[in-house]
Amino acid sequence: MPRIPSPTVELHRETLPNGLRVVLAPDRSAPVVAVCVHYDVGFRSEPPGRTGFAHLFEHLMFQGSESLEKLAHFRHVQSSGGTFNGSTHPDYTDYYEVLPSAALERALFLEADRMRAPRITAENLRNQVDVVKEEIRLNVLNRPYGGFPWITLPPVLYDTFPNAHNGYGDFSELEAATVDDCAEFFDGYYAPGNAVLTVAGDLDVDEAVALVHRHFGDVPARPTPVRPSFAEPPPDRERRRHLPDPLAPLPALAIGYRLPDPVADLEGYLAYEVLSAVLSDGDSSRLEQRLVHTDELVTEVGAGCGLFGAPLDARDPDTFTVTAVHPSTVDVNRVLAATDDVLAKLAAEGPEPAELDRITARWAATVFREHDRLVSRTLAIGAFELLHGRAELIAEVPATVAAVNADQVATAAAHLNPTSRAVLIIEPSAH
Amino acid sequence: MRSAEEIGRTGVGARPLPAMGTVRTDRTPSAVDTVLDNGLRVIAVQRPAVPMVELRMEIPFGGTHRTHAARAELLAVTLLSGTRRRDRFDVDRELAAVGGDLHAGVDPEHLSLAGSALASGLDVLLDVLGDALTSAAYTETEVSRERTRLLERITMSRSQPRVIAREALQRRRYGDHPATREWPEAGDVAAVTRDAVRALHRRSVVPRGAVLVLVGDVAPDHAVGAVASALASWTSDRSATEMAVLPELTGADLQLVHRPGAVQSQLRLSAQALPRTDDRYPALQLANLVFGGYFSSRWVENIREDKGYTYSAHSGMEFNPYGATLVADADTASEATAPALLETRYELGRFVVVPPEESEVDNARHYAIGALMIATSSQRGLAGHLTSLASRGLDLDWLRAHPGRLQAVTSKQVAEVVAEFFSPTRFTGVVVGDADRLAGPLAALGGVELP
Repeated sequence: MPRIPSPTVELHRETLPNGLRVVLAPDRSAPVVAVCVHYDVGFRSEPPGRTGFAHLFEHLMFQGSESLEKLAHFRHVQSSGGTFNGSTHPDYTDYYEVLPSAALERALFLEADRMRAPRITAENLRNQVDVVKEEIRLNVLNRPYGGFPWITLPPVLYDTFPNAHNGYGDFSELEAATVDDCAEFFDGYYAPGNAVLTVAGDLDVDEAVALVHRHFGDVPARPTPVRPSFAEPPPDRERRRHLPDPLAPLPALAIGYRLPDPVADLEGYLAYEVLSAVLSDGDSSRLEQRLVHTDELVTEVGAGCGLFGAPLDARDPDTFTVTAVHPSTVDVNRVLAATDDVLAKLAAEGPEPAELDRITARWAATVFREHDRLVSRTLAIGAFELLHGRAELIAEVPATVAAVNADQVATAAAHLNPTSRAVLIIEPSAH
Repeated sequence: MRSAEEIGRTGVGARPLPAMGTVRTDRTPSAVDTVLDNGLRVIAVQRPAVPMVELRMEIPFGGTHRTHAARAELLAVTLLSGTRRRDRFDVDRELAAVGGDLHAGVDPEHLSLAGSALASGLDVLLDVLGDALTSAAYTETEVSRERTRLLERITMSRSQPRVIAREALQRRRYGDHPATREWPEAGDVAAVTRDAVRALHRRSVVPRGAVLVLVGDVAPDHAVGAVASALASWTSDRSATEMAVLPELTGADLQLVHRPGAVQSQLRLSAQALPRTDDRYPALQLANLVFGGYFSSRWVENIREDKGYTYSAHSGMEFNPYGATLVADADTASEATAPALLETRYELGRFVVVPPEESEVDNARHYAIGALMIATSSQRGLAGHLTSLASRGLDLDWLRAHPGRLQAVTSKQVAEVVAEFFSPTRFTGVVVGDADRLAGPLAALGGVELP
């Protein structure tokens, strides 16, 4: 067993009088800097009748602000040698730029300008509704397994609108969005006190703090929203739904289970992350060995925390998923039974010590690798600060994962039982 | 409640964009680029930001036989499924213990291996690699199971619109050339035997002509030594096989390919371009950016930000052993397909008639230099860039000199390559979508071959 090095991340904090929380993470190993803003609103907060609105609004934040005409944001970032993007999650929306460090002040200016005074017009709204509809055609409507499982599983596992609805939105509801809706959403959720600004990479802390004050200092303070609880009870039985997919060539299934609250019980949550690796990380993992190589039931199998391919991306409630694609000659109940069997054995006996050692090593390596990309590291720091109030988790999580023991994994496996889960079955329906 | 208009205004009014600060250039990393006794080229670069090492390997893997793609694909998915010393699960367990991963893949040009590990586990990573290269077992059980899984994966891939469009484009561009066989035919895969895979391995998984790149928290001399010792017994009299010579593209009508019931169409246009070794390449790289190679380009600003016809439009360059091509991609709703094609042709025409202004060239230049710096600032990014350069005979020096080349490009040079390479008549391509809805408007527009 090699000695696993621990990550070290230098962090500095500052809160502006207007409430904006700022995290700085200097690292001068390359002449590159990243600026990222996380707003504490995601698609769980969009109102009924306006599905997809949080994501549509994210698009509009790129459409100009008091000092920037339409197209200017993109042009300024790119002509400074930088790249940009934004993304909408269940509980937050992020925006970022990565640039040569000489462009740091520009990036701060661009983010501050749209935090202070975005310019939302009916023309740009119509244009971006069309663009978002094309995005949904591309990623959902025109392809097999579109939205599987992040759009299609939640309505089986959850009952309430915030947790169950489609975060990409229905076309008719996107089309119904108005400029007034946008104004109300901005004033309700995009206050500086409802955001975290993260600046990481090639920077001098004192200089960066001065620049942050210069550009964000006069963004007016506004009331921040009371964050609602999205809690709902876990299912008290198995819920099953069949979904025909005319484009899918092979059947697929997704099993959804409820996870512990990631903020209130981080250690408990991470036991499920370790469990997911025991189940499906690599050929020697338990579901791979059993379902793919021994029983030859499925083509692909995966397990993990969260609906977006990464753990710790949302607040409570969050979802543990097992997904599989299998030949149409295999009955879905055989796949479920074999999965339950693997889980029951783990619940009874726990994983072996060597399995846990391997997971510790691979988890640490994955974290190092991910954070070697400045943009990933910056986004993770901002999300940890926003969701957990603790940017330090960027360096602490690998050790917490390493400390998860066999009993905790067994207990997690025992909680993934057939009487409290959702099963979504994709049925090819072309013929 | 404030109105949107009130939100977009403050007492101060519009503020000026801050100036750029002083640009700092990256340190020159310590590196070794050498050829081992067995003919393998090894490039090792020290980038110690995290205690990891990235490994990439490319072996030219061309083949002209109709069933080569099927054999190559089955070889790639079985290569790491066991050796004389290790079974599939040992491979995974030993790699996992050093935080490692190793995967194989194949395309018409290369067999590729990509992996990573904690830097302290480099020897294990190389040992597993060497073991697979010299004594992959291809047991009957593994070959048979992987054959079944491969057939299922091919079915899955061919249900994806982007794969359907890619195959249609390749056929349109290159007919029956081996380059078109990016996914093998199911019937051919079903017929591949274990012996055929083993024979292909013996003949074509060879070091001479291949390149291995290591980037990470390693001393380059030590890393090269570790490779030399781990792969010493990997030898062959043969050299790796390049893909057959590709013909140059010539302009042609677009081909409409019917995909019944599609709600969105794939627009794919392509024309002959220049390889990176050509003196005019930097000018063509900037020209492509100005046309459609980044967000702030003429094509994207038109069909996305003005018209809302697409979410994703992008033009880029594809490199092959004999040259390069331009490929412009956009996915667009059925009702917007003909209008999007019209605008695409308009922008190509406008590009050659109204060539990029100085400011457009400068913006593209700054983006190209900055984006390269960002992309190569991670171990993974640098390893990927170096591998694609090395497989075309280029090296770290070429990469480090490239910003200087981009700086030197003049607007006149850009205008010259635009005139030569972006004329609408030089392009060929496909439109994949529901022909029942597209045939009428596309026929009216012209320049499209209907099914």
